[in-house]
Amino acid sequence: MNWSLFFGELVSGLTLGSIYALIALGYTMVYGILKLLNFAHGDVYMVGAFVGFFVLKWLGGPLAPAVTGWLAVAIMFTVAMLACGALGVGIERFAYRPLRNAPRIAPLISALGVSIFLQNSALLLWGPQFRDYDTFDLVGVKSYHIGTNFFISNVQILTISVSIGLTILLALVISRTRTGKAMRATSFDRDAAEMMGISIDRVISFTFFLGSALAAAGGIMFGLVFGQIFSLMGFTAGLKGFTAAVVGGIGSIPGAVLGGFLIGLTEAFATGYLPGGSVYANLYVFALLIVMFLIRPTGLLGSPVIQKV
Amino acid sequence: MLLRLDNVDTYYGQIHILQGVSLEVNEGELVCLLGGNASGKSTTLKTIIGMVRPRRGAVQFAGEEVSGRPTSYRIGKGMAIVPENRRLFGPMSVKENLEMGAYLHGGGTKEDFERVYSLFPLLYERRRQLAGTLSGGEQQMAAMGRALMSRPKLLLMDEPSMGLAPILVERNFEIIKEVHESGVAILVVEQNANVSLSIADRGYVLQTGRIVLSGAASSLIKDEDLRKAYLGR
Repeated sequence: MNWSLFFGELVSGLTLGSIYALIALGYTMVYGILKLLNFAHGDVYMVGAFVGFFVLKWLGGPLAPAVTGWLAVAIMFTVAMLACGALGVGIERFAYRPLRNAPRIAPLISALGVSIFLQNSALLLWGPQFRDYDTFDLVGVKSYHIGTNFFISNVQILTISVSIGLTILLALVISRTRTGKAMRATSFDRDAAEMMGISIDRVISFTFFLGSALAAAGGIMFGLVFGQIFSLMGFTAGLKGFTAAVVGGIGSIPGAVLGGFLIGLTEAFATGYLPGGSVYANLYVFALLIVMFLIRPTGLLGSPVIQKV
Repeated sequence: MLLRLDNVDTYYGQIHILQGVSLEVNEGELVCLLGGNASGKSTTLKTIIGMVRPRRGAVQFAGEEVSGRPTSYRIGKGMAIVPENRRLFGPMSVKENLEMGAYLHGGGTKEDFERVYSLFPLLYERRRQLAGTLSGGEQQMAAMGRALMSRPKLLLMDEPSMGLAPILVERNFEIIKEVHESGVAILVVEQNANVSLSIADRGYVLQTGRIVLSGAASSLIKDEDLRKAYLGR
């Protein structure tokens, strides 16, 4: 067995999975509360990557940043997450809230509209060309190895650990804070939550803020890992984040993370091992979605809670 | 006067549900609103807490016109509700459900929890259990406790006897009486006329969206018209 290939795909799968998990979290949280598939989510991820890029440029660019490389990365994350959080809140306010009581198909179409709007705005404003993060120059990519076959770079370590860190933070917010509990209450029974005095609008805004901020973090990670971003990057990534959320069980937070890593690993191992993998990796990923729909439509962790009345 | 509905008309789309409903609840009073299926009982409660807005008429609470205010504002002013079928948050623990009851009070103080746990010691034992796994009677307690967490001035109860065994209904109304005696005004919406009139100060009878009878509970309980109006025969 070629261990070097195996570990290579494992690390790259975990890295990709970290990004997909962050996107899937936003999908699953919004679905949990609104029962809406927010198809504009992938494009928020793209905007996050671009905000990160422009912050980097404002800091002097990857070749001569005004601050050290890692600090520049931290500033990129912070600004992009806040900006996209606000963007998500705005999208909900103007594209979904007016349709809150409309048939479910209406906000879905609105979501597709927002997606098209964001993609084309990006094309118009930023053009179709690739933009370079120049990660090598920015942070000086280093590779570490354990034994002779296991290699991992500092950027991959950063991606995986930031993703896990943000997921833990999100889990704490949802399980421990008053607003997090209000989110769970709203997602289980919106009317009952309203009867407790919970402002549903505020809870929904907060959910969009969190989900969009996580997507922005994912977008920057993509830029750091692959070195380049582009206006239409949100389309495929959004579909994969959605696939991850569904495979994990849409509405379930641990499911989104599990699904994200599963999709990332599938993609990486398909690339490395399956026939035509490097070309058809996406085919294998979406085949997984179909298989999941056939054998377990509720997803891996999405079994409905059985209630005793 | 704590709560006053003045000539309220509420619609669902084109359907005229409440037609000129007026009622009052004074401080510390226990009032019941009786009516059969589809008489507009639940709609009256929804109009009071602001889940639906009346097209005409006024809702006044604690000396303030609240018709245009959202539910969260009214809950913050001192209303609390035990909804029909209890509507606990099933996948959350009993304690978290109580916290949600005091959502606008920062999730409840230590004293709030102690007060509710002393009224319902069983809830303390079950505080870590998921609310969805409680029995019907326990759920009723949890829903009551949740509503009392916010130290309400007015407690609204939507069909508290529904779906409970007769013995639990009786126990439940004892608890309602106890809460009332501690100084909380209560508006109970019920189909079960006898048991609710036996503890209430006053009562109203609602029929197809109109108040058709009202008066002291002691006189309503003897009223032949009540049986006619309310049971429709």
